[in-house]
Amino acid sequence: MTIPEKTPVGRLKVFLGYAAGVGKTYQMLDEAQQLRAKGMDVVVGYFEPHARRDTIALTEGLEFVPRRKFEYRGSAFEEMDTEAILRRKPAVCVVDEFAHTNVPGSERLKRWEDVQVLLAAGIDVFTTLNVQHLESLNDEVWHITGVRVRETVPDWVVDAADEVVLVDLTPRALQNRLERGVVYATDKAKKAMENFFTETNLTALREMALRHTAHEVEGRLSDLPEPARAPAEAARPGLEPPARHERILICLTERPSTAMLIRRGKHVADYLHADCLAVHVERHASGSGRGARSRTLEKHLSFARNLHIETHVLTSKDVAQAIVDFAREQNITQIFLGRAGAKPLWKLTDGTVHRVVRLARDREITIVAERRR
Amino acid sequence: MPAGIDRRPSPDELLRRVQAEERRERRGRLKVFLGYASRVGKSFRMLDEGRRRKERGQDVVAAAMQSPLTPDLEALLNKLDSIPTLKETHAGKEYDVLDVAAIFRRHPQVCLVDELAYDNPPGSRNPKRWQDVDNILDQGVAVITAVNLQHIEEQQEDVERITGKRARQTVPESFLRSADEIVLVDAALDDLRKRAGVLEPVDERRFAELRELALLLAADVIDDQLMTYLRSNGVELRWGTQERILVCVTPRSDAAAMLRSGRRNVDRFHGDLLVCYVRQSGLSPKDQETMDANLALARELEAEVHVLEGPDPIGAIMRFAREQRITQIFVGHSAPDRWKEMWSRSPVDRLIQAADDIDLRIFPHLLAQ
Repeated sequence: MTIPEKTPVGRLKVFLGYAAGVGKTYQMLDEAQQLRAKGMDVVVGYFEPHARRDTIALTEGLEFVPRRKFEYRGSAFEEMDTEAILRRKPAVCVVDEFAHTNVPGSERLKRWEDVQVLLAAGIDVFTTLNVQHLESLNDEVWHITGVRVRETVPDWVVDAADEVVLVDLTPRALQNRLERGVVYATDKAKKAMENFFTETNLTALREMALRHTAHEVEGRLSDLPEPARAPAEAARPGLEPPARHERILICLTERPSTAMLIRRGKHVADYLHADCLAVHVERHASGSGRGARSRTLEKHLSFARNLHIETHVLTSKDVAQAIVDFAREQNITQIFLGRAGAKPLWKLTDGTVHRVVRLARDREITIVAERRR
Repeated sequence: MPAGIDRRPSPDELLRRVQAEERRERRGRLKVFLGYASRVGKSFRMLDEGRRRKERGQDVVAAAMQSPLTPDLEALLNKLDSIPTLKETHAGKEYDVLDVAAIFRRHPQVCLVDELAYDNPPGSRNPKRWQDVDNILDQGVAVITAVNLQHIEEQQEDVERITGKRARQTVPESFLRSADEIVLVDAALDDLRKRAGVLEPVDERRFAELRELALLLAADVIDDQLMTYLRSNGVELRWGTQERILVCVTPRSDAAAMLRSGRRNVDRFHGDLLVCYVRQSGLSPKDQETMDANLALARELEAEVHVLEGPDPIGAIMRFAREQRITQIFVGHSAPDRWKEMWSRSPVDRLIQAADDIDLRIFPHLLAQ
């Protein structure tokens, strides 16, 4: 048997924006055309025209890999034909709308998973994404806009991209485009402007996109050699001793706000370059009859694993003590707990939160607020 | 609309707003394309916008361009009217000075000015080009301009740390912040490599650091705009998009550890660090000394220090935190007192109860370590 030569992994470039119509697809196609002009083998794997004339014009001359057509519950659907692209094996593939969820019955659940397959086959991919589709920003986006974005991409997928480039446009220019019917047909545009495309929403999302791109740039700094610094640049006074390595533990419960807690804990861990673990303590071992693990909890555990968080399930009658023992054993520096909910004052002292706070005086403990509207 | 608190403006504030509004209406709009290096495409974006506006029927002139022009910029420029700069020589050096008088006479709707950070020769109408632009705006002409992060005055310390040198010609950040619109022209390192040829790895690092600075500066400017907009509409967001950490210090908490951690966290999040303490009467001289040392450290760490008053410390902290859009409160553990805990709630317990809308981080107590 011969060992197949390992294919180098393709490079991923993400065009990040903050709303439909800022020009992500346009810029992506523009770059694809530049590559094609240089003789690179570029194909379009998926393109969403949205009836935008300028953008459609930019696809001229590019080869399209036909979409896969199929039926689901009596309706016709089209998705990117990942297998056809693999057979075609271009150097670069353009894939619009990274956060898209495939129709049930597709090979993979999410388009970003299709993209992973293309990358693994050594194909470079250009893709587009709006900042509100990032998992870690889901609660903030909801708080500000009132919209709970359903199609999300785990942050690690974007963190692993080779390049993230911001496509910026002012909200005023975007609103002009909407008014002129460039982004959507005008009646749809009017509705969009009244609901989602308000100045507040657009400005806040835009700020998030800028901050997130800065975060992505910073995350890639460690790949680049540090230049010799001028002696004038001394460390900020009082910062010694150097930062220790942080390990964050998120305590999962069955409560619905656990998803928010996971996102927040992971977000903080990412910014602090900390390890991130999650633990759930069952009072009875699952499988013991009384303790069949609930579906809600399974959902939280698999959500955490999807975000690349290491999960643990323990069994103990004393939940707070088990959490604290586990934290010490794992050298956890910070424990993340959700709030126990609105309990009457007199009941609070018995809560797990308060017990953990009392038992773990040697650790940092973060009690995460519930983002509300 | 976001969940918020109704904060109606006072009559004085309303008057100020009306006056600012009137001044703003007379003035031309300023739009700035901000980049982090030459070749990211600022000039192209500026000229392209000029072209599009002309196609929509606006009177656009190009008043200052960098030279030499690349062929694609040249092609765009040829589609527009120009008011050439005045060529001046001073002490053997050649200068391109905006022809402000000609711009006034022509009075276009939109004027394109590249290289906003530019020093005019001595004896000019203004020492700096951005001041010329300011005059043009006062005449009711809109200006679209381009500038690099390296040329923003207040960023010089960071720019020097990254590149080892300061820019000679700068624009004050306040002028950038006065812009009606700011657009960040981003480019991946790959794009720079394509345009600039081979980059040294060290240069790549420098560009990446400058890029991060430019993105954060733009985010900051936009945050100001967002807050102004929300305030003028009487709405306050409970959480902004920026992390703001409030460290509560007492004489008994291990304030130094909390403050340093606060600083590290804020640096990582590129957020803001605030410190507060609630004034207490009857502190022992030793406690007073500790307090003073803690606050001195807070200032050294460039925190914004606030002294709060009030009979109810928890209430005072929470009111302040909500006003300031704090996202994380740092507090120290109460001293362990098992007997007391049997029958009363500690301040930390009460803070946990009160801070239902803000993350609360509790730090180990000095004695417990």
